[in-house]
Amino acid sequence: MRADWEVVIGLETHAQLATKSKIFSGSSTRFGALPNVQASAIDLALPGVLPVLNAGAVECAIKFGLAVGAKVAERSIFARKNYFYPDLPKGYQISQYEIPVVQGGSVTIHVDGVDKTVQLTRAHLEEDAGKSLHEDYHGMSGIDLNRAGTPLLEIVTEPDMRSSAEAVAYAKALHSLVVWLGICDGNMQEGSFRCDANVSVRPKGRKEFGTRCEIKNLNSFRFLEQAIEHEITRQIDLIEDGGRVVQETRLYDPDRNETRSMRSKEDAMDYRYFPDPDLLPLEITADAVARVRAGMPELPQAMRARFEAQYGLPAYDAATLTASRGLAGYFEAAVAAFGGDAKLVSNWVMGDLLGRLHEADLGADAAPVTPAMLGGLLKRIADGTISGKIAKEVFATLWVEGGSADTVIEAKGLRQISDSGAIEKIVDEVLAANPKSVEEFRAGKDKAFNALVGQAMKASRGKANPTQVNEILKRKLAG
Amino acid sequence: MALTLDDVTRIAHLARIEISAAEAAGTLAQLNDIFGMIERLSRVDTSGIEPMSHPLGGTQRLREDRVTETDMREPNMRNAPEKQDGLFLVPRVIE
Amino acid sequence: MFEKSVAELSRALGSGEVSAVELAQLFLARIERFRAFNAFLDMRPEVTLAQARAADRMRAEGRATPLTGVPVAHKDIFVTRDFASTAASKMLAGYMSPFDAAVVENMARAGMVTLGKVNCDEFAMGSSNENSAYGNVANPWNPGAVPGGSSGGSATAVAARLAPAATATDTGGSIREPAAFSGITGIKPTYGRASRWGMIAFASSLDQAGIMTQSAEDAALIFNAMLGFDPRDSTSIERASEDYTRDLAMPVKGLRIGMPKEFFGKGLKPDVEAAVRAALAEYERMGAHLVEISLPNAELGIPVYYVIAPAECSSNLSRFDGVRYGHRASEYRDLADMIKKSRAEGFGPEPKRRILIGTYVLSHGYYDAYYLQAQKVRRLIADEFQRAFRECDVIAGPVTTSVAFGFGEKAADPVEMYLSDLYTIPGSLAGLPGMSIPCGFGDRGLPVGLQLTANYFEEARLLGVAHRYQQATDWHRRMPGGIA
Repeated sequence: MRADWEVVIGLETHAQLATKSKIFSGSSTRFGALPNVQASAIDLALPGVLPVLNAGAVECAIKFGLAVGAKVAERSIFARKNYFYPDLPKGYQISQYEIPVVQGGSVTIHVDGVDKTVQLTRAHLEEDAGKSLHEDYHGMSGIDLNRAGTPLLEIVTEPDMRSSAEAVAYAKALHSLVVWLGICDGNMQEGSFRCDANVSVRPKGRKEFGTRCEIKNLNSFRFLEQAIEHEITRQIDLIEDGGRVVQETRLYDPDRNETRSMRSKEDAMDYRYFPDPDLLPLEITADAVARVRAGMPELPQAMRARFEAQYGLPAYDAATLTASRGLAGYFEAAVAAFGGDAKLVSNWVMGDLLGRLHEADLGADAAPVTPAMLGGLLKRIADGTISGKIAKEVFATLWVEGGSADTVIEAKGLRQISDSGAIEKIVDEVLAANPKSVEEFRAGKDKAFNALVGQAMKASRGKANPTQVNEILKRKLAG
Repeated sequence: MALTLDDVTRIAHLARIEISAAEAAGTLAQLNDIFGMIERLSRVDTSGIEPMSHPLGGTQRLREDRVTETDMREPNMRNAPEKQDGLFLVPRVIE
Repeated sequence: MFEKSVAELSRALGSGEVSAVELAQLFLARIERFRAFNAFLDMRPEVTLAQARAADRMRAEGRATPLTGVPVAHKDIFVTRDFASTAASKMLAGYMSPFDAAVVENMARAGMVTLGKVNCDEFAMGSSNENSAYGNVANPWNPGAVPGGSSGGSATAVAARLAPAATATDTGGSIREPAAFSGITGIKPTYGRASRWGMIAFASSLDQAGIMTQSAEDAALIFNAMLGFDPRDSTSIERASEDYTRDLAMPVKGLRIGMPKEFFGKGLKPDVEAAVRAALAEYERMGAHLVEISLPNAELGIPVYYVIAPAECSSNLSRFDGVRYGHRASEYRDLADMIKKSRAEGFGPEPKRRILIGTYVLSHGYYDAYYLQAQKVRRLIADEFQRAFRECDVIAGPVTTSVAFGFGEKAADPVEMYLSDLYTIPGSLAGLPGMSIPCGFGDRGLPVGLQLTANYFEEARLLGVAHRYQQATDWHRRMPGGIA
């Protein structure tokens, strides 16, 4: 970013709500069905059809409003946004215009160690359009209306962001939040979470905003960052060359890493918004909001603070464990099952569990080692049955074969050898078999001691209690 | 408050209805007559009056979030002017 | 048999005097004989007879309702699975709906037999049925006169006794005005009483389904089957179900009948005024009290309506783009051209006109001055009715300024045509239930209608007030010549 310029960014995000049926019809919202098998008469805008509002979509909107500290409107209005496009069956989109269901609110982001609050202008309910498939059908395009009518929550920020990094941080925070709340599956490849960026530049210190361009077609955080960076450069270059930025909508092309003006969009679309006469005003009472609030999950920030306080965890652990509700739930269940030191549980969850989950692309709820199983394993470390090192072996076995810590320990004979007599015997054997190391130790080389410990562990196939090995070895070498 | 030919062309475009120059001229006269009749509304004092979108008022009823529709693609697409592989076909859509 | 009312046919079917199949054959033959009226569009005798046979079976199995086997015609604004639904437009030529309108379903469930779809003004826009893409409909009383619109086909079907009843729709007067012009009974219920599911939308906040019959008693019988809450329509009113025949026998003694002084001013032709006043005098003889009331803003109804209805219809008709159904142009340069040409070719002049008006009043910069202002004046008009209903029980007056005018008389001047709805529009804007019943004849021997309007949800009272008059008079039994 050139030093004498400042960029102003606002984001509009469309989150597909994770309801079972569409916002105004009873069609399924499931992704990936054959074309038009999930497009009912209502979705196709056949003559004579009418919309009826999905309670689940409203609940999602209320949850979102509560989570961002916004005002949930007691009364909001559905409006028709009129324009023609083949994937828009009615020739209008049912949306909300003057009075949206969620007003205000904010999202906190962290960039370079600094906290910043991004203010939200509003969030409103609307329906998604269908899809045009451009595989040529002898020069024609195919229209699939399965997606038409899927509920969307359009979330609009104030132009508060000042860098692509802030924009991406916001998009990621918003993404985490809607997934956490369970209102959106966050699957960006499937189009569940789509961002449009409004970007303008102005000379540093200038109060007025420059002319902004809207960039569409950003379905990954990487593209979001790249597109914004490209647009900033394009606008600055244009102005410095004596040109003027034209307010327009641009599409991001990830292959070329450039934005280009959208040919089919008109400069100032007249959408002729008016209240939809087929729908009555949406009323949300304080009671309804209270009911939703009561059923809401603990939010990530609150949970993080609680983990630090309740479990005595450091901030890093608390943050890592609350990356998703599933993981946090796993952690707490494992602590309960274990009944011991929460930090030990945290280490195992952040280490052995998380690594394997990422590799297998699984959520915590799908982990083959359940919290109960982990708890059982950790108990056996705590009571000395096995060492921490052996426990890792057991965990690996449990992951692949299932079962319990006890059955694996038994089956593989992994019980730690804690009988001092047995260990003495092993140490004696090791000392006899490694005269060179003994000599080196007696000569002052401490490393030799570790080598002998290593030999003892090897001889016992790792099962000897390391503390006792150390103690007995020391004693015998001294004596 | 009279409409111009430009207005007619602009509205016809917004409404996606092709209109010839001759039609536009004829329509213009009729529209101006109609708007002449509508003009009277502007003289009515409606300060403090709430607009009426729905004659009997009321609030929106909510539907349970449940899938109730089955695959009705065949009858629903029966009247399609052009279709193939379960898709509605239209002249190429250019983004 | 063909002259019998729904009530009489119901009794004849019940006593076994006639079967549903015989009735269906009788009316199908009459419709064929009087093709020239052009009241009917799509007819499929094999479908009608199959429904009639099913109705007879229903009766044989002891499951008959009072309406089982009674034939009915459906206005081509209601979609039907078994007959084409065109809205009298080229845009929907041959369109076969995969579902039935709620009103059609309700009446079929009661065992009524569909004779066919009847003609109307294109997309229900018009006051004379001169806007149909499938030709004008003749008024059986006088071939040179219009039957009224938009439900001209429904009116002519009942007036010429081609069907004992016909469904219809009313947005600004499209049931009441043709009923008046055709000398029959027509009723539009309170907005929200009849489900709009399956009604091809014109102006959503005004459209209501209703029925045209020979009498108020018939209408009440049909309302019992036709109306009711429908969860598929968000504007459908949820109320305990009722028997609309319950007040038919109510006396009118002491009834306060409000006469809006603005509806008896200049503009009302003397022949119509005379017949309407005579009807009101008859009510007085029966013990009702006539009260003068005032609806000062009612005259603004026409400009209000011609802002709101076109605005809503401009949006409702956007779905007709040749993509998923309906007319698609055969020659075009590209997608944008295809849509523009399909719409230009599919829509007739009146829908085009209203779409253009509607698009304009909603467009940027004009919304506040037109649409918002019209909705505010609409509230003024609705509030006035409420004030009036404190002083009277029902409101009565003329339906139209004149008897049926001639073909072509107003067609060239849209504003002239729009002014025909002067007395019916205010009630539509307020969403009130309204009726037209025949009350005599005017110039050129053409029928005159009396308009009755009641407050919200008072259809039963409205029907009772009308029935009382029909027991004391026989205008509703008169038939045009040449149809026997």
